[in-house]
Amino acid sequence: MGIQWNYPEFEVVRNDSRCIRCQVCARQCANEVHRYEAEIDAMISDESRCVNCQRCVSLCPTRALKIVKSDCRLRENANWNQDAIREIYKQAESGGVLLSSMGNPKPYPVYWDKILMNASQVTNPSIDPLREPMETRVSLGKKPSKVERDENGRLKCELSPQIQLSMPVMFSAMSYGSISYNAHLSLARAASELGVCWNTGEGGLHQDFYQYGAHTIVQVASGRFGVHKQYLEAGAAVEIKMGQGAKPGIGGHLPGAKVGPDVSRTRMIPEGSDAISPAPHHDIYSIEDLRQLVYSLKEATAYQKPVIVKVAAVHNIAAIASGIARSGADIIAIDGFRGGTGAAPTRIRDSVGIPIELALAAVDRRLRDEGIRNNVSLVVGGSVRSSADVVKAIALGADACYIATAAVLALGCHLCRTCQSGKCNWGIATQRPDLVKRLNPDIGSQRLINLMTAWNHEIKELMGGMGINSIEALRGNRLMLRGIGLNEKELQILGISHAGE
Amino acid sequence: MNPSEQRAPREGEVRIPSGCAIAAVISKSGERMSGEGIIKAMRPMRERSNGLGGGFAGYGIYPEYRDFFALHIFYDSDAVRTECETYLRSALEIVRSETIPTRKLPAITDEPLIRRYFVTPLRSVLASMQVDENEFVARVVMRINTRFDGAYVFSSGKNMGVFKAVGYPEDVGEFYRLEEYGAYSWTAHGRYPTNTPGWWGGAHPFALLDRTVVHNGEISSYDANRRFIEMFGYRCTLQTDTEVITYIADYLIRKQGLTLTETASVIAAPFWSTIARKPESERRELEYLRAVFPSLLITGPFSIILGFTGGLMALNDRLKLRSMVTGEKGDRVYIASEEAAIRAMEPDAENIYAPTGGEAVIVKVREGAF
Repeated sequence: MGIQWNYPEFEVVRNDSRCIRCQVCARQCANEVHRYEAEIDAMISDESRCVNCQRCVSLCPTRALKIVKSDCRLRENANWNQDAIREIYKQAESGGVLLSSMGNPKPYPVYWDKILMNASQVTNPSIDPLREPMETRVSLGKKPSKVERDENGRLKCELSPQIQLSMPVMFSAMSYGSISYNAHLSLARAASELGVCWNTGEGGLHQDFYQYGAHTIVQVASGRFGVHKQYLEAGAAVEIKMGQGAKPGIGGHLPGAKVGPDVSRTRMIPEGSDAISPAPHHDIYSIEDLRQLVYSLKEATAYQKPVIVKVAAVHNIAAIASGIARSGADIIAIDGFRGGTGAAPTRIRDSVGIPIELALAAVDRRLRDEGIRNNVSLVVGGSVRSSADVVKAIALGADACYIATAAVLALGCHLCRTCQSGKCNWGIATQRPDLVKRLNPDIGSQRLINLMTAWNHEIKELMGGMGINSIEALRGNRLMLRGIGLNEKELQILGISHAGE
Repeated sequence: MNPSEQRAPREGEVRIPSGCAIAAVISKSGERMSGEGIIKAMRPMRERSNGLGGGFAGYGIYPEYRDFFALHIFYDSDAVRTECETYLRSALEIVRSETIPTRKLPAITDEPLIRRYFVTPLRSVLASMQVDENEFVARVVMRINTRFDGAYVFSSGKNMGVFKAVGYPEDVGEFYRLEEYGAYSWTAHGRYPTNTPGWWGGAHPFALLDRTVVHNGEISSYDANRRFIEMFGYRCTLQTDTEVITYIADYLIRKQGLTLTETASVIAAPFWSTIARKPESERRELEYLRAVFPSLLITGPFSIILGFTGGLMALNDRLKLRSMVTGEKGDRVYIASEEAAIRAMEPDAENIYAPTGGEAVIVKVREGAF
């Protein structure tokens, strides 16, 4: 055995007096950390394989296991921290690009946590959502700038196509391939029951899930995987994915190992072949090209579906959004730099893009300054972690939020950030049948429904406290927000006052 | 230096919630009533004001100048008056310019210069800007109120006028000698702001062109409404609810051409559950209006009386979080925060009724009677 440059990150701690040698840990671990040595009647661990996904911990019947961070440390160095050094060792060994999964874990400011909400006291009453109606229904899409009447003077009530949501939260794009059949099924069922939407991601829509079409957003990305006429017609809306918060400026890569028969059929690519989405759409090198794709998709769907354009939050996002709002798109989705991913180059995930809070505030203001806020709805994601984040996003100016990490957490994800390995022990980011079946879609969809129902209750409580009984009156209502510990520039960009002002 | 460091913050520099009293009377036959009645209505509601603002709007008060816009302007100084008048002359023909007659009262102090102008836009300017006279005058008002520090247009309609001041409404009415005016409809307001800006422009009614709003409440949707309406050229300089409600009414009625009933179902939209129970055609219209103007839904407690040429509309928020009653006698319709105010105007008022949340009460003067 040669030099082991990186000591394992985690330690498996087993309380031997509790262990009953049931070997459930060994059977559950796709990374093969645990094994039973019959000769000595003992469980042995190879912690170098452990990703700390907590599967064994969660299933150990006697709570004999825990995973802890290894305390074997390199000499402390404030500049050359442990991660920086470990990554050098990895690259010196492999010569490759570092890969990571899920959202940016670095300690950048989380602006949601530096914003506080208001509540009514004395001068107007708070409203109790248990006793009074409290409306969270949202309709996404372009709104006309002028009402029209027919020859009898009656309002013409035709609107361009809209998406109706029972609450201002949707499940964000995760492709079939990056996540499992059962994960897609759980999302589709939950969205349908909740009256919201889920999103196919760029891998097409499995034939079994066309029945959930009314609550499905079908995505068209740079690889055009799985895109055909029925697919476009199946959805409630069509989303053009220009970028993703976790990896702005680059495409995607689904390794051939994950392209089994079903994924192959759904994506319309040969079994076992890598599915590579190019960095740009090669038919969109400029804003006028985007307009052509928007209208191509509208033509293909007979102008019955709203078109969403999803972009990553980057430096010039306000101008980009303004361009999109004039491109015929009905909805703009903006994905912040903390958004999740099934795999991204570490350097890009951790250092490209800007926080969604700032991007949202800048875009909402720009669209209003230009008088075109009504042309589009704004959906934001990456990362929205709670109902409080949702309410803050709406008050900053969003129409609705996209959540994906929160949704996979509800399905069992423990954020071990190794989706790229394809060995997800929770049956989410994997195509291995033995692992996929661990995610029960009945339970999965119910957990998603529970989460959203809980959030909706909380949204109503927060709104009621502010004396607001309809989500429309919260949208863009920045007076309901105050910053805490933010500097003048940050407050100015967010368009809010500091606490105490 | 920040101006607020030199003096107490003025209206517009801070957001001021306030409680209030409102009242109105209208003669459906267009008969003109002196201001005495409406002043009387405010007396029993003194507890609802705190002396920091009162005001009135009267319709039909300038019949001899019915074709001219009547601009009522407060000036802080003669200097700003000169400056502003130069601008007025460049944009408008002024057919009469005068000081609004007032009476000295111990209860009303620190009055600004209060001037009144009867004006009409210059045809040549209208033609070159390609706008109608209402839009033009609205822009002139916006311009003065945002660009001339110390000048404030508080009334700008034809054959109507707003009279307001810092003080209790009954004193404000006496100050402006409202008994000398005859109007077919009057609205009134007493203010209970939660701090003391002491600026006359901040009192209510709030007006743009011939539309005036008196309002009791504190709306929780303020910033959502403000940020939406400012997309269309309105500038909310006062940070008060009444101002934004006035602009919303102007936008929906004048610019979008909505009827009063349609306007009411935008700003106090029925709940989705209520809409679902309506007949098909009505349901479609209500769904449409909520979908098109979601940012103009007003939440939080309010009772408002919208005055306009030839009529009044009274409206409560959709939960009815503020009191408001109506009554009738003969051709008169009375609206007020309290029945006592109606009884003060007409002891024998009949059909006392409390409109439900979101129910618009629209009263119009008989066609041709004003």
